[in-house]
Formats: sequence, structure tokens, C-alpha cells
Amino acid sequence: MSLISTLARLEAVESGRAQPLATVRHRHLSPRPLVFVPLTTAGEAGAPLGALVGTDRESPRLLAVAQPRDRELRFAFLAELAETLLPYLDGYADDVEPAERNETDPETGKRVKVEVELCADAPQLIVPSRPGVDFVRLLGRSMRFRRTAEQDPDSPYPAPPRVPLLGRWLTHYGERARVPGSSLLLAMTDLLGRHWATGQSHLEDKHLGALLAWIAPPEGASGAEAALRAEVERDRGGQLVCPPAGPATDPAFDNKLLAPAMELYDRARQALAAAEDGAAADEQLARLTSAEREIRALLRGVLRPTWDAVWDGIDLVRELPEGPHVADRWTRDRWSFTGHRDRVRAGEPPQPRRDDAVSAAQKLAARETAQAQLEAQEALDDPLVLAGRRLAGEAFVGVVTDVVMAWSESKRPSPRPLLTVRTDDGPHLGVGVKAYRSLDGKPQCAEFVRYEEDGAIVLRLLDRMGRSRDPAEGSVPEAGESVAWTLFEHEQRGGPKLPEPEDTPWTHGGPPRTDAAESADAVTPEDLL
Amino acid sequence: MTGTVIPLFDPASEAARATAAILEDTLHGDARGVVVDSPPGAGKSTLVVRAALELASAGRPLMVVAQTNAQVDDLVLRLAEKEPELPVGRLHSNDADPYDKALDGLPNVRKSAKAGELDGLDVVISTAAKWAHVKGVDPWRHAIVDEAYQMRSDALLAVAGLFERALFVGDPGQLDPFSVVGAEQWAGLSYDPSASAVSTLLAHNPELPQHRLPVSWRLPASAAPLVSGAFYPYTPFRSGTGAGDRRLAFGVPSDGSGPDRVLDEAAESGWGLLELPARHTPRTDPEAVRAVALVVRRLLDRGGASVSERSPDPVPLTADRLAVGTAHRDQAAAVRAALAELGVAGVTVDTANRLQGREFDVTVVLHPLSGRPDATAFHLETGRLCVLASRHRQACVVVCRAGVSELLDEHPSTEPVQLGVTVKFPDGWEANHAVLSHLEEHRVVWAP
Repeated sequence: MSLISTLARLEAVESGRAQPLATVRHRHLSPRPLVFVPLTTAGEAGAPLGALVGTDRESPRLLAVAQPRDRELRFAFLAELAETLLPYLDGYADDVEPAERNETDPETGKRVKVEVELCADAPQLIVPSRPGVDFVRLLGRSMRFRRTAEQDPDSPYPAPPRVPLLGRWLTHYGERARVPGSSLLLAMTDLLGRHWATGQSHLEDKHLGALLAWIAPPEGASGAEAALRAEVERDRGGQLVCPPAGPATDPAFDNKLLAPAMELYDRARQALAAAEDGAAADEQLARLTSAEREIRALLRGVLRPTWDAVWDGIDLVRELPEGPHVADRWTRDRWSFTGHRDRVRAGEPPQPRRDDAVSAAQKLAARETAQAQLEAQEALDDPLVLAGRRLAGEAFVGVVTDVVMAWSESKRPSPRPLLTVRTDDGPHLGVGVKAYRSLDGKPQCAEFVRYEEDGAIVLRLLDRMGRSRDPAEGSVPEAGESVAWTLFEHEQRGGPKLPEPEDTPWTHGGPPRTDAAESADAVTPEDLL
Repeated sequence: MTGTVIPLFDPASEAARATAAILEDTLHGDARGVVVDSPPGAGKSTLVVRAALELASAGRPLMVVAQTNAQVDDLVLRLAEKEPELPVGRLHSNDADPYDKALDGLPNVRKSAKAGELDGLDVVISTAAKWAHVKGVDPWRHAIVDEAYQMRSDALLAVAGLFERALFVGDPGQLDPFSVVGAEQWAGLSYDPSASAVSTLLAHNPELPQHRLPVSWRLPASAAPLVSGAFYPYTPFRSGTGAGDRRLAFGVPSDGSGPDRVLDEAAESGWGLLELPARHTPRTDPEAVRAVALVVRRLLDRGGASVSERSPDPVPLTADRLAVGTAHRDQAAAVRAALAELGVAGVTVDTANRLQGREFDVTVVLHPLSGRPDATAFHLETGRLCVLASRHRQACVVVCRAGVSELLDEHPSTEPVQLGVTVKFPDGWEANHAVLSHLEEHRVVWAP
């Protein structure tokens, strides 16, 4: 934890309210995000229990599984989820703009520009918390290898038609969420935690209700009190007033309310199956329907507070103006969405179960680049973030007090002016350390030369001054100008090109096997209850 | 020790035997790779230079992969020193000042940013990062990968296509490579890109011959048993020198202050712990930083002189033979500032990551857990403490706040267990306790 965020947390404790960590919004927020609040069944990993989903705060769609151990009902839930999510995703697939992309020409091997489509906007999913992101990933994994009746007529338990497709999309979103700075799939706790510091621990910040209580405590209460209430307050029936944001449920809810309701439902189902005449069947059907309605009401009751909390969070974050570089990162998200749309349309198989050596290395390299880029862009976008870097000695703001012209010692001398900068910051400078500043949105590089006796810093400006002997106008700061310098680079170079997967070297096990097609695990006796 | 028979251990012949076996496997074996584990100061660089010369004289074109430009330049200089006639290529980046200017004075070293221009030279040396950009060349018959335990698996993936077979040399006890983003999703895969190059190599090629160098020439007899026991419990090594071979003495007697007393203790026993009162502090704990600076100041002021097997006469302890090690960069910066205030210049002050592979007579270490309220995985990492505790030829002084032992007990390792990942022994918690309990015996309580 950086010194400035520790300071912000101390201030939050003292004032009883969360303190801002940012002055702008560092993540893209879609004008029409889809909020997805899932619940899972206790003790049954991957068995969804219910969800609220939708793009309209006032009318969420409730999906519920009355008996999560019943495969048919789980499939019905997933089919319904696909019916809700896929039209939202598809809604962004056809609104495109022309764009260019660098590709390697397969015949000449040269890099050429290719005209391609880029989706003008991309769908955004928001879940309450990080376990919600993991659950999206889990749902994706559990669905993408399923076979529909059309794909495999012999399958004993075919999946509903659009379920495997949803699995591929959720997998893509879950994987994209691992890229630093991406916004296709966001967890509300992460989003709020990026912009505010509370007076509680990071562990407690994972509770959406407690986090919101610090950021926007009710009238007259301190954040600490409100957060404690959000964590522990129960009603007369022993139920949490602020249920957990899921996907896990509160055991008291499971034991006291959900289990008896499911019991009723199961009994009604058995009775219906055993009914001997039409009148009895009608009666049992009515009981079954009412039992199901009861379960749906229970689920709606514990989902709704979280649903509202996510939308409250969206309102809070939306009040912040968007950081200048956010659009740039969102464009990468749009490329990611477009790329997966194209793979689906081209009929490519679902994402493999595990990455091969080359894909894993490529992903890691891309994410490290994205992380460095995110850190640099956030600091450039936001004086408060920059202040944290200044405090850590990774940046400094100073007034230029003197500019002395100098030139490089080559045949065609280029300008290399020496700047004297006075600052109260304590950057970690040393021989050969480079400093960068933003000049018309592009980084300009300087190197540290020496400290003057009075502590002022002497820098030598190295680039972006034009081709002629005298620097281009406005490319050298003038005396009296205040300039922000960073010791980290503003743009990241991509890593080296890795071998093709079929050229994987012997040190990494050689080329991956291609003979065994990816498919779902075979059904074993343990899978059947 | 009278009355017991000590099995004869002759460090020089043990080390020679190990080196001979390594060269035999490298030059005449049929395995595609040979792995050599080397504890701190066991002559790893000497081995690399020797193997390079033997491969070159056997007429096998060789590429050498090191991890940093400083390591590459150092290897080139050592090669030229041993064999001035050998044609060596130094492949470098396109940045300004890409290599050590000392290389310009070597007539048989050709420098270029393009691999094609170094074609046909006996040995071509560069960093892994630069090698990764080399494309479209015939593979080398042989490679030496230096500091292979500090190389990441994905870096090896990028360069492994350039050679047919390779000798991998490194120290398994030092800091593992790291990634700035989470890589848990690949944990347990044999080719986890964030793991070390050696772990990937051995996961796919378990039959490769593995050797280890048995003698540390750097660590004194006072340090080798502790470092070996705490960090290399299953692959012990010995010190190349005996108990009386190295001595540290001061011309100026102690003034009775904490720094002076801890220096006397360290001169006597090879270790010293300067303990400050327990307190939770920011990372750049001003009192601890000042204590570190004072120890260094007194070390220089008291006219230290060291005796070692290298020279019969005492050698004065100068600033360039000292180092200060810290866990974080801001701590190093704070120590530098404190030293400057006391008028000390020329002492190396750096983090464990940057001190890897370096050697000094005396080191002063700011303990990674000093003053902390918690013990995170970063601060507990075995390699960090191992690097800090194994840079010295004579003595090591550790500056620390009291209470680290209790802190450790309050923070047992809780890293999640990942399926398929080999559990590393010892864990940082265990190693920290081992070092701390040894240091307790050489404790001096702070008094200004």
C-alpha cells in the first residue's frame, strides 16, 4: 500500500467518511451497462441459485432455480440467462466503424494495413464483487463445452441451444477482466475501491454494503457505524438487513428460509408426480406453483438490496468526470469485443480449457504492458494519483528556473538544452535516470545531469525538439514554467515476438497436441445424483 | 573437536571434481541440457567462463544468455581477461550507452546491435531481452544460460529456438523472478510463464543431468553453515576457507556505542545484530535508517582492515568494499540520503534485487521485517533474505527493530496451496526464524 493511500485511510478513520483516491474516473462506464447479480448454491460449486439481471434499475429480471440439484432446472436457468444476456451482447455487434489493423501478409510476410470492422461501442457487464467475476468465469467454463441436441444428437443431456455460446462469451469477459485497466466486466467493489479509501481494512472493503456505507453514510452516522451495521445488523427473524453481495449466501438465510422452502417445493413435486387423478394433480400443481413463487420471493428479497447497491455505486462513480486516457483503454476493450465476435462468427471452437505455453506467455506479456500503461496513464490523468507517485519519489513537479542551450556533439548538432528545475519533491534520481514529461500528449524525455549546490535539479532535454539546429517553438519549457516530470515511461513497448505455438521449443514441451479435440469431461457415475 | 575424526574435506578438490563432471556432461554428454545449481559465491561466473572457453576451443559456436547488461559486460571482460585472442561478439540494444565503455579497449570484442554482424564469432553474448528479438538466424549449436533461476519461463520461451542444447547455471536460493500482474491462472502448469526458466525446463525434461557446486568461496566459515542450513537445507555446501583464514580488525577501539559494539561483535563472529526498540514504523524508519548510516560511518572511521586468503597483509576496508542492503527502493534512497548527511560516499546502497550476484567484504542490512506491523509474502520471501545474508566475505551487520520473532509467529505463511506447484523448502517463515535465532546470539541493543 502506498504512503498516500495509507494517509487517505487514516483521514477516513478520522473523519468517518471515505476519502477520494482519485479526482477523475479511471474506468469506462457504459451509458447502458448490464448489471448481473448472481447467487450460487451453498456446497454446490457451479450450481446457480438465482440472479437479478438487466439494464434497467427499476425492472430487473429475476432468474431463479427452485431446486439447484435438478439439472433440468439448472439448464432452464442458463437458457433464460442466455436469452437475457445474448440479445444485450448482440445489440452491440452490428454497429461498426471502419478501422485499420496491422497484419502479417501470409504470402510476402510483410506487415500490411488491413481494413477491418471495429464495434462502435461494446457491452459492459457489472457484477457486485470480485467473487462475482470469478462466478462469471465459472459459468463460462461450465457452459462453453456443452453440446446442444443439434451438435450432438446422441447426447443424453443436451444443453439448450444458446447456452454454449453464452459460455464462450462469459469466458471471454472473465478472461478480459484479468487485463489491468479493462472495463468489459467490472466488479463494483473494485471500481469503488479504486476511487475511494475507507477507514477499514482491504478485507472489509470486499463487502459492498460496508464499502458503500463508508463512501455515502446515511445522514448523521459515521462511516464506521454504518459499515458495522451493514456487516452485522439482523432483523427480528435473524436475517441480515444487508445480505452479502454474493454469489455466496448467508448461512442463516440458507438454513432458516431457503431450505424449508425448497423442502416444500420438493414435496409438492413428489405429490404432483404421485397424483392419481386430474383434480388431485391440479391441487398439487397449485401447491407446486405457490412453493416456487415462495422461493422466487425469497431470492428477490436477498438479491434486491445488492442490486440497488450496485446501481448506487454506478451513480457515485458516474459523478466523477472521465479521465482523458479512459477512452483509449476502452477502445482496446472494443477491439477485444470485436475480436471475439469475429471468432464466434467464423465458427471457431470454444476457448481451450488451458492456454498453451505460447498463449500463456503472450497473455502475461500483454497484461504486464497493460499494467504499466494503466499506472502511467492514471498518473497523467489525475493530479491526486500523481501526488502519490511524487510522494513515492517516482515523479516530481518543479518550476524551471533556467534554460541553457546546448547541442549534441555529432556532425549535425541537435539541440540538447539544459534545464534547471527547482522542486520540493524528493525524486529518486541518479546517474543516467530518465525523466519524462507530457508535451502535447506525447512523452518528451530528459536525463538527469546533476544536482546544483542549492538542491535544484539539472536535466538535459533529449528529444521532440524537431530536426533543425534550434528547437521547435514550444518544445522547450521556458523559465518560470511549472512542469510535471515522471521517472516512469508514459508509453510501453511491446515485448518480443514469441514463436508460433507449433514452433514451441523443447524446453517448453514442444508443440501442443492437436489430435485430442477439446470437449467436456465425460460423464461419470458420480455426476448423477 | 579433539578425539573425533573429521572426514577430510578439501574444498579445492571437491570443487574441481564437480566442475570436471559438469564440463564432461556439457562437452561430451548427449542430453540437450545440463543444469548447474550454484550457492552464493561458488564460482558460478568462473564456471561459465571456463565452459565458454572449452566449448569455443572445441569449435562449437556458442551463444551466452545473461539477464542484465551489467552481467553481460562482466562476462565479456572476464572472457577477454582469460583468453584475449578469443573472438567475442557483444550483441547490444539500440539504446544510448548500451554497453560498458571498457569493452571498447578490447581488440577482439566486436560490438553490434545486429546479430548478423556477429555471425561466425566463437562466442556471442547478450541479454535474454535482446536475444528475444533475434530472428531468422541458424540456431547455435550450444548456449550457456547464466542466472537461469532469475530468468522467467516466458523469456526462455522467446530464446530457446536459437540454440540446440544448453548449459543452465544459476542459484536456486536467490530471488525468484516475479510478475507485476497476477499469474495464478497458470499456476501448476508445467510452462507457467511466470515461473523460473529452470522449473519449466526440468518439468518438461526431468531426465536432464543436474549438478551442483559444493563450495562457497565468498562466504566465510562463519556464514556458510547458517546460509546453507537456512536456505539450502537439502543441498548443503561448505565454505572454501577455514575458521581462521579471514579476520577483520579495527585500528580505532570501540567508543562503547551501539554501532561500535555491534561492529566488534561482527568482527569477532562474522555476524552482528543491532537491535532497536520495538516500534511500528513507516518503511523508511528514520531511526533505523540513521542507525544503518552510523554503522557504516563508524566502520570507515575505525580504520577497518581485513585479512583473507587473497593477500597475506591486511587490506584496508574502504567504501567500495562495503554495501548496504534493503528490501525497498525508498529505503535504499533514505539510507543514501542519511549517508550523504554523514559525509559518506562510495558505498553501494541497493535493494536485494539489485545486489544479486555481487560481493563485498562487509554488508550492513536493514532487516526486511524491521518495524513492520505485518509479514507479507514479499517480505517473507526466502530469496530476499538469502541475497541480503550472503553478499559478504567477512561480516554482516543486521539492523532491526525488536519484535520480529513475535511478528513472524503472528503471521504464519498463508499463501494458498496451488495444485501441481512444487512446494519450495524452506519457506520464508522458516528461513527467517532460522536466521533470526542465529542473529540473537550476536545481539547488541541500541545505545547511541
